Amino acid sequence: MTQHLDAYFGEFGGMFVPELLVPALEQLEQEFIKSQNDPEFQQEFQQLLNEYAGRPTPLTLTRNFSPNPLAKIYLKREDLLHGGAHKTNQVLGQALLTKRMGKKRVIAETGAGQHGVATALACALLGLECKIYMGAKDCERQQPNVFRMKLMGAEVIPVDAGSGTLKDAVNEALRDWAASYEDSHYLLGTAAGPHPFPTVVREFQKMIGEEAKEQIVKAEGRLPDYVVACVGGGSNAIGMFNDFIKEESVKLIGVEPGGHGLSSLKHGATICKGTKGILHGAITYIMQDEHGQIEESYSVSAGLDYPGVGPQHAYLHDIGRAEYVAANDDEALEAFQRLCRCEGIIPALESSHALAHALKLAEAATEETIIVVNLSGRGDKDLTHVHRVLEAGGHYE
Amino acid sequence: MSKRYAQLFAKLNDKNQGAFVPFVTIGDPNPELSFEIIKTLIDAGADALELGIPYSDPVADGPTIQKANIRAIDAQVTPPQCFEVLKKVREYNADIPIGLLLYSNIVFAKGLNTFYQTCADIGIDSVLVADVPTRESKTFCLAAEKHGIAPIFIAPPNGKPEKLKQVAELGQGYTYLLSRAGVTGTETEASMPVESIINALKSYNAPPSLLGFGISKPEHVKAAITSGADGAISGSAVVKIIEENLDNPSELLAQLNQFISSMKAATQR
Ligand SMILES: Cc1ncc(COP(=O)(O)O)c(C=O)c1O
Repeated sequence: MTQHLDAYFGEFGGMFVPELLVPALEQLEQEFIKSQNDPEFQQEFQQLLNEYAGRPTPLTLTRNFSPNPLAKIYLKREDLLHGGAHKTNQVLGQALLTKRMGKKRVIAETGAGQHGVATALACALLGLECKIYMGAKDCERQQPNVFRMKLMGAEVIPVDAGSGTLKDAVNEALRDWAASYEDSHYLLGTAAGPHPFPTVVREFQKMIGEEAKEQIVKAEGRLPDYVVACVGGGSNAIGMFNDFIKEESVKLIGVEPGGHGLSSLKHGATICKGTKGILHGAITYIMQDEHGQIEESYSVSAGLDYPGVGPQHAYLHDIGRAEYVAANDDEALEAFQRLCRCEGIIPALESSHALAHALKLAEAATEETIIVVNLSGRGDKDLTHVHRVLEAGGHYE
Repeated sequence: MSKRYAQLFAKLNDKNQGAFVPFVTIGDPNPELSFEIIKTLIDAGADALELGIPYSDPVADGPTIQKANIRAIDAQVTPPQCFEVLKKVREYNADIPIGLLLYSNIVFAKGLNTFYQTCADIGIDSVLVADVPTRESKTFCLAAEKHGIAPIFIAPPNGKPEKLKQVAELGQGYTYLLSRAGVTGTETEASMPVESIINALKSYNAPPSLLGFGISKPEHVKAAITSGADGAISGSAVVKIIEENLDNPSELLAQLNQFISSMKAATQR
């Protein structure tokens, strides 16, 4: 009897893809199940995480960042991971699965370029051919990452279609995969998309929360009050949340990109403002018009600029286990600069959204409060963009 | 369930012909010209119609049909406007089978029940949702059945026997036989179906099969029918004619007429 994973989180999720791609997704599901029970796979994955990527990452108590002495803000330092973001964790897992499936080529989409960089490095390491689809607008605002990918041997294809951002890169990768699934793996970069990606990506990211939990309990002797992470597609957030879901005292907060504000049309706050629909293979919250046409999202940070979200987040929202809020561009940019100045850490613009909300929580604290923020990545890739934005007087477009 | 597909295949059988089915995106390049285009397809000899509702993210489509979707969306064409065009098409011809080909979120946004109800009211015969594979099809099939619409499924070239069996059992009207992997477009030519897939479908009593993807020449139509398909569907090649004659509607319609007639002529066994 073949084993299967549940394709749904409540009413969310599923495998809404052309029939052609179903065998490839089912093959991935089977290989994933097998690998979960294979000590050899687990050992190789662990070894790569520890000796190549640099796990475990530290949990850092900020010294000056918190505006309120009652509130302690801890950072889970995924920015220190090889590749510069949490993305490397699950890419290593999926790259190993690619080899196990006997596939020789990897295709991937990327927004900020972090997933593209992670994919490129894993492919270089494991001897896989690598092709990255990236929105033309994102290539522009994340140029250093385009160069990084190329240095590591990846082919980068700018995607002009639509808004020229992450959503269009996903479309193009899916189209490639429909012709190439025999020898290629689509290494999707977030905990969204069709089953089994939301589950596979979560399982390959869940060490973030497991480590953080152990570290905070060791440091403080108790669980945190808040766990905060930014949400693009939802991979760093679900990786951080997963081990805390069962700890009911811990409030889980996902921070979506508020762009120019939730009352403007320029944001990417899918759970806060979106409606139920089907995008990229899953039923989830999406940004759409009344007829079901997908709307363009907007965020100062390319990695959060996506009009959908992973189905498990939609579910956690609906059952009330996690709360989803938004931080605007200017709030994220404030938090970005504050972390640089207060702690000597340059965060990714994506992670800066989580930092911005942590500041609000800290300001509001009236008793001793412990906040753990997932610092999902470092900001090197954002320097040119932020420089430009700040020179233009902080008005971003 | 309408009898239009069954009647069509019976009639073609008597004449010893296969079916030729063109595809266009409704509203491309605008609703008025789109209606004229569809009328021309019918007048030039199309046996049935496969019509798309424009969608912002057509992941199963190659560049040509993507552009058709964009042209229609840029012309502010909405699903309700498409249904208006479809109403006129049905008034123009009462007998031709009309199939819709679209993406799941268009159906989901309207609500499955309302969507299939609207199709039934207009006289649509079938609906193929490009990103709803058999394993996700239950609620879609229930709504289709309730309103007498034939759900169409895709028999993929990589289909295992149990998949083909499912496609045969769930599908009604016709079976969309995929000529090859990939997305729509003439960039990659059709491969002819493996006999084993056609035989498997027949043994499971699947509805008649129409071969699609990469069909752009009369030879493709002929080869499809020779290898055992009941007909062929051509999309990108038709849409290409629209794309290349956007500023000359009369030339556009003349070329379409000629192309459709030549493709239809190739269906004689
Ligand atoms: C540093 C960083 N954080 C967060 C994200 C958002 O993705 P996710 O929501 O999957 O964690 C990205 C995406 O590129 C990223 O680079």
